[in-house]
Amino acid sequence: MKEMILSVNPHIHDNSSTRSVMREVIIALIPAIIAALYFFRIKAFVVISSCVISCVVFEYLYQKTCKKNITVKDLSAVVTGILLALIMPPALPVWVCILASAVAIILTKQIFGGIGCNIFNPALLGRAFLMAAFPTMLTSWNNPITLDVVTTATPLGLHKFTQVLTGYEPLFFGNVSGSIGETSALALLIGAAYLLIKKIINIRIPFAYIATVFIISSITNKIDPEIYAPALFNLLAGGLMLGAFFMATDYVTTPITKKGQWVFGIGCGIVTMIIRLWGGLPEGVMYSILFMNGFTPLINRVTMPKRYGTGDRE
Amino acid sequence: MNDKSTFPGGVHPGSSKNLTKDLSIKTVEAGDVVVLPLIQHIGNPAKAIVKIGDLVKRGQLVAEQNGFISSNIYSSVSGKVSGIKAYAHPILGTSQAIIIENDHKNDAAEPIHKRSLEDLSEEDIVNIIKTAGIVGMGGAAFPSYVKAMVKENNQIDTLVINAVECEPYLTCDYRSMLEKTKEIIEGIRLLNKAVKAKNVYVAIEDNKPVAIQQIKGYLYDKGATDIEIKVLKTKYPQGGEKQILKAILDREVPPSKLPLDVGCIVQNVGTCLAVYEAIVEGKPLIERVITITGKCVKRPGNYRVPIGTLLQDIIDNACRGFSEEPAKIISGGPMMGMAQYTLDVPVIKGMSGIICLTEKEAVSEREGACLNCGKCVDVCPMNLLPTRIARAVKFDKIIEADKLFITDCMECGSCTYKCPAHIPLVHYIKIGKQKLRKIQISKK
Repeated sequence: MKEMILSVNPHIHDNSSTRSVMREVIIALIPAIIAALYFFRIKAFVVISSCVISCVVFEYLYQKTCKKNITVKDLSAVVTGILLALIMPPALPVWVCILASAVAIILTKQIFGGIGCNIFNPALLGRAFLMAAFPTMLTSWNNPITLDVVTTATPLGLHKFTQVLTGYEPLFFGNVSGSIGETSALALLIGAAYLLIKKIINIRIPFAYIATVFIISSITNKIDPEIYAPALFNLLAGGLMLGAFFMATDYVTTPITKKGQWVFGIGCGIVTMIIRLWGGLPEGVMYSILFMNGFTPLINRVTMPKRYGTGDRE
Repeated sequence: MNDKSTFPGGVHPGSSKNLTKDLSIKTVEAGDVVVLPLIQHIGNPAKAIVKIGDLVKRGQLVAEQNGFISSNIYSSVSGKVSGIKAYAHPILGTSQAIIIENDHKNDAAEPIHKRSLEDLSEEDIVNIIKTAGIVGMGGAAFPSYVKAMVKENNQIDTLVINAVECEPYLTCDYRSMLEKTKEIIEGIRLLNKAVKAKNVYVAIEDNKPVAIQQIKGYLYDKGATDIEIKVLKTKYPQGGEKQILKAILDREVPPSKLPLDVGCIVQNVGTCLAVYEAIVEGKPLIERVITITGKCVKRPGNYRVPIGTLLQDIIDNACRGFSEEPAKIISGGPMMGMAQYTLDVPVIKGMSGIICLTEKEAVSEREGACLNCGKCVDVCPMNLLPTRIARAVKFDKIIEADKLFITDCMECGSCTYKCPAHIPLVHYIKIGKQKLRKIQISKK
């Protein structure tokens, strides 16, 4: 008889892998990609393809140069590329996309040790870098379909600076200006439902995040409806759906404990609303998630699950 | 209490029980040699009381209990003792064992007792369980008489019979329940004569409706109210002692304590069957039902085999060999079982199954980087942070692993089953526990 395979239990596995998880996320992003291509046409195509290609290439080049295992097959760079593209304005030049990809993959992810080791969400930090370096590029938007160039015309911006409310129907279906992937709440919700059904993500962070935004904006809207937008508007406008379901649920940069995930979601909601209500920017999703990413290790430490059979660590 | 309770955490591995769940138990003869390891239980090894060349009968005591937590061992065949030496052992790798050449005559020894059932006191019952060498048949192999003894300072109010069999592939308990319903129920009653628990529950998962019906039928046809069936949700590791108690009674056993400390005793159904046979038939523990299964086994099934039979003999004679060369042989279930390096290894008291996996089923992916996905935390039935413990062990921070309660881990394997990065978390935890033990010994 030939030699037997020896290993410690368990001897079976649910056959998931990093690659299969990433593949499911990509599938879940397809509706948002289709919506982006529909509303922003060729411009969306250019941004998405240049971000995805350059993310994969940067990951490969970095690992090759540093003589590390090449892990582009795990598809995580593809996910980063798509997410990065979806939070970009449609009119972004290709070279800016490449620069943002370099920041996302090399500076945010690989320098810290690659997949699993980064502290901040790569796609969000890539965008935050552009926000600091090229603020005007990041605040010039196109109208959907016609692709006319306009400035400060996202629904949140319109409301913040001119108190004009965009209708709920275009907000839900996506016929508004903004980052290419955040305009259609419907497309994002379809993808989110897929991830939840497939158990790739759980509801804790998105629910806590969205519920917090809803509660805070309901209260502020009650206090002064002239200045503060209604709750539903706050849920549908801007990057909340994309952020809550696809960014704040990123495995690597969010807490592993159940309680920690609730804390993380609530924290994101509070910071988002602080920025939206009183900050200089119309939108706060990106910074809120990055801000909470920084707290993840601390949240993990203080939200240890209760030890079985004791009252410890409550 | 609602009807289908469960515990927090856990996983749903595919059951794979269809291979054998409809196959009735077949009796298998031992091969030309049986091997009886002196340690088949938790505690001290038994002490051999036969010499090389001695003739022994089937059911004759060959090694006696040595200390409080230990167990008697009986010969499962008649024949000649041909050696007492180190032999392959399914859990320990190797251990001292009594080797008996089978003369195939099956000369039976005297029964271990001849008293009538009516005269038996609770003490007698405990003594028979002790004499018969009965240990927990679910896998842990803790001497059963120790659990059955009622201690002065422990108030036992609940006896739970573990009929969960949550491990995929295994069906030996399930088949026993279908085919030996009466014996098992009467075994439970005899056991409770000693334990005297107020509540007696049979805990069973809802994926075994036929067994549930059968036991209910047996009990309720006679209007019995002494034993109650608790149907639990199908989820692994529902059969863990701590998980069963959490599900049925919502009681948590404190760390490093026993169910006894929360007023409970948990016994496996196979143990109840052995108790029945020892008390009613005077038969020591020399046989057990075992599931031999896997896609590559020609005739998988549930077999009643003499303890000490070599796996190779069972595979050759009862299972007619393999249709495809297996790459991995597991003793026990696929979640908690031990991989074997040879088939030249005997069946022991606590062995519930042998699972043969083909190369395709057995090869695992390479360990990747932890994604922090938290799946291991979600599924851990002991509320641990498996990934953090494993990382601490990996970097040799054993004290940190201890602070993360590494010793609470029962190695159920749920975390590793779920890990998308294929990190062998249980492997690291086992290493960590060994290192921690060394540190604690050197400190003393």
